Amino acid sequence: MALSDHRPAAMIDGGAVFPHRHLTGIEGLQPHEILFLLDEAEQWIDANRRRAQSDRRLEGVTQINAFFENSTRTLLSFEIAGKRLGADVVNMHAGQSSVKKGETLIDTAVTLNAMRADVIVIRHSSSGAVQLIADKVDCPVLNAGDGWHEHPTQALLDALTIRRRLGEIAHKRVVICGDILHSRVARSNILALTTLAAEVRVVAPATLMPTAIEAMGVTPFTDFDAALTGADVVMMLRLQNERMNGGFIPSTREYHLRYGLTRERLKRAEPGALVMHPGPMNRGIEITSDVADDPHFSAITEQVEMGVAVRMACLDVLTRRSRGVEGWA
Amino acid sequence: MSIVFTGATRVCPTGGVTTGDLAVFDDTIAAAGSDGAERIDLSGKLIAPAIVDLGVFGIDVAACKAGGIVRVGLMPDQAPVLDDPGIVARAAHMGKPDLWIHPIAAATRGLAGQDLAEMAINAEAGAAAIATGRRWIADTGVMRKVLAYARDCGLTVIAHAEDGGLAGDAVATAGETATRLGLPAAPAIAEALAIARDVMLAEDTGARLHFRQVTTAAGFDLIRAAKRRGVRVTCGITPAHLYLSDISMSDFRTFAHLSPPLRNESDRQAARAAVADGTIDVLCSGHDPRGPEAKRLPFADSEPGMAGAETLLPLGLGLVRDGLIGLDRLFAMLSANPAKLLGLDTGTLAPGAPADLIVVDRDAPWQVRGDAFAGKAGNTPFDGLPVQGRVLRTMKGGAFL
Repeated sequence: MALSDHRPAAMIDGGAVFPHRHLTGIEGLQPHEILFLLDEAEQWIDANRRRAQSDRRLEGVTQINAFFENSTRTLLSFEIAGKRLGADVVNMHAGQSSVKKGETLIDTAVTLNAMRADVIVIRHSSSGAVQLIADKVDCPVLNAGDGWHEHPTQALLDALTIRRRLGEIAHKRVVICGDILHSRVARSNILALTTLAAEVRVVAPATLMPTAIEAMGVTPFTDFDAALTGADVVMMLRLQNERMNGGFIPSTREYHLRYGLTRERLKRAEPGALVMHPGPMNRGIEITSDVADDPHFSAITEQVEMGVAVRMACLDVLTRRSRGVEGWA
Repeated sequence: MSIVFTGATRVCPTGGVTTGDLAVFDDTIAAAGSDGAERIDLSGKLIAPAIVDLGVFGIDVAACKAGGIVRVGLMPDQAPVLDDPGIVARAAHMGKPDLWIHPIAAATRGLAGQDLAEMAINAEAGAAAIATGRRWIADTGVMRKVLAYARDCGLTVIAHAEDGGLAGDAVATAGETATRLGLPAAPAIAEALAIARDVMLAEDTGARLHFRQVTTAAGFDLIRAAKRRGVRVTCGITPAHLYLSDISMSDFRTFAHLSPPLRNESDRQAARAAVADGTIDVLCSGHDPRGPEAKRLPFADSEPGMAGAETLLPLGLGLVRDGLIGLDRLFAMLSANPAKLLGLDTGTLAPGAPADLIVVDRDAPWQVRGDAFAGKAGNTPFDGLPVQGRVLRTMKGGAFL
């Protein structure tokens, strides 16, 4: 498919605007492709608020949510997104599947494929697992998080939240703070935000900062206060339980002292800076409740709302070819 | 039976590269052909000592035959582990007559890194050296005992140069590629740390120590310095770390999941320099055939290792083509040095040596294709690479295979 990278999205017909079969990551997406997905998501925000149930464009589409790693929010968000558009949504949890009986991931993928799914949403604890499945199935695959690698719909919903609250993403200073090393949310956000020309700073204790992260076009900081100066967006990451006590940081209270987002600390950022968190939050550790719950700063519940809209857009766009949508088939 | 090869370029690690006849009488190389010897014209071809592959993980006769390898040092990481004379003796006979297996016995019982394995008994059963296996021995006290005891038994200790504490669950070298892919990674200095410790222990105990693979600039510096001080230390490498850097792991290519992991480009350049300046003594295949059940998995869940036996020679010849080394030095790394480490009298074209020979067309072009390999598995990180050099004939103990 011939495609110019320089033409605005609106000028390109149909499928040429998003010439990807899968969404395995933000890596490899052009700026206009990311913006196209955000634009597509916008329409669902209002529809969801109106509780409109009129659009059943995914009627007859079988969507399998194959979650090999526990998840409540993301699974729910994908399930609601599919159902809002009329898809038949089936959830597969690793806990109740044959994965525990030693079936390989490839065999599971082939099985799902044989059931003629129209779109498969996958979460897996190993980096690269989603790509592995995508290579083996005939239908579009959507990455709902693979190991420490990528979580593209999270980055899209974050970008959409920023764009709606601040008007644009380009040239905004975004600070991402927390466990960067083990975070797929951080990686996907770094890719999306730098692609959209934001200035990205990453903050982590030295033990949770990946090597050569600056090669991804970000500025690393270990001093949260220094990084916060002039920030337009402060994105906090969840600190996983298993890293809390002694493994990578000495204690949660020491982490809170150095990296906890408090109202006092937030004063270093721009007035009206946006506070974000992918959830679920550890209140009192990476973020205090008064910051998280203050609608003046916090966009945290809005992120959840954007999540459904973004996932509706992704499910719609990725299935357009198989549904024979005009200009996409 | 007597054979005289004529017209070939003779590549001898000790005698240099010369043109002329090479005579074989029965199972050994002879000074001159006897009357009535069969004459075989090898104009335009190379004749060289057959390859002695130090440190393979699987017995893969077909792959070795295709790669010109007639003897292998078999790593102790087998099921069951080579830590018992019965198991060692059995392994020694598994490849004959095509392939001679020289078992490398476990340094510690079960390769657990705790209790010394029976070295003298295993040596009597056919073990050619001892090794720590795929991992290092974490306990410095144990490693010192291993080296001291092995020295007493006259055995070389083959060590894995990777600090296990630092390496942890890492499957990649820390750097941009691992960071982008979100893979568990360890800093490259995990290798130099292990080398520094084990070199000091070898120096202290007087043991003969060989690192199966050294792959980082810091590691080579330590080996160079140790050799200058007269420490009895040698090291090897596989072609992977000379030709590939960590970007080969992009797209989660599990065939590029190796142990030690692929390094960054500056370490790769340092490895090539270390081949050129003689710091590296052995070029080995690291042959570790792995089927899809071990490789068709997410990167971090897959097993490390590559099928290297069939690409060892052409990739070695590539180093000659690139001007890094001469042919004689290549075959010192492929045959003479590993033979010496295993206590074998092969690896040379000198009269009296066993007639383990390969005839090589050094220019024959072909493309590496894992699915066309003769061996057990096609897990090569070089899939698709155009190479030059093929083994035309292989002779083991005076008989063509």
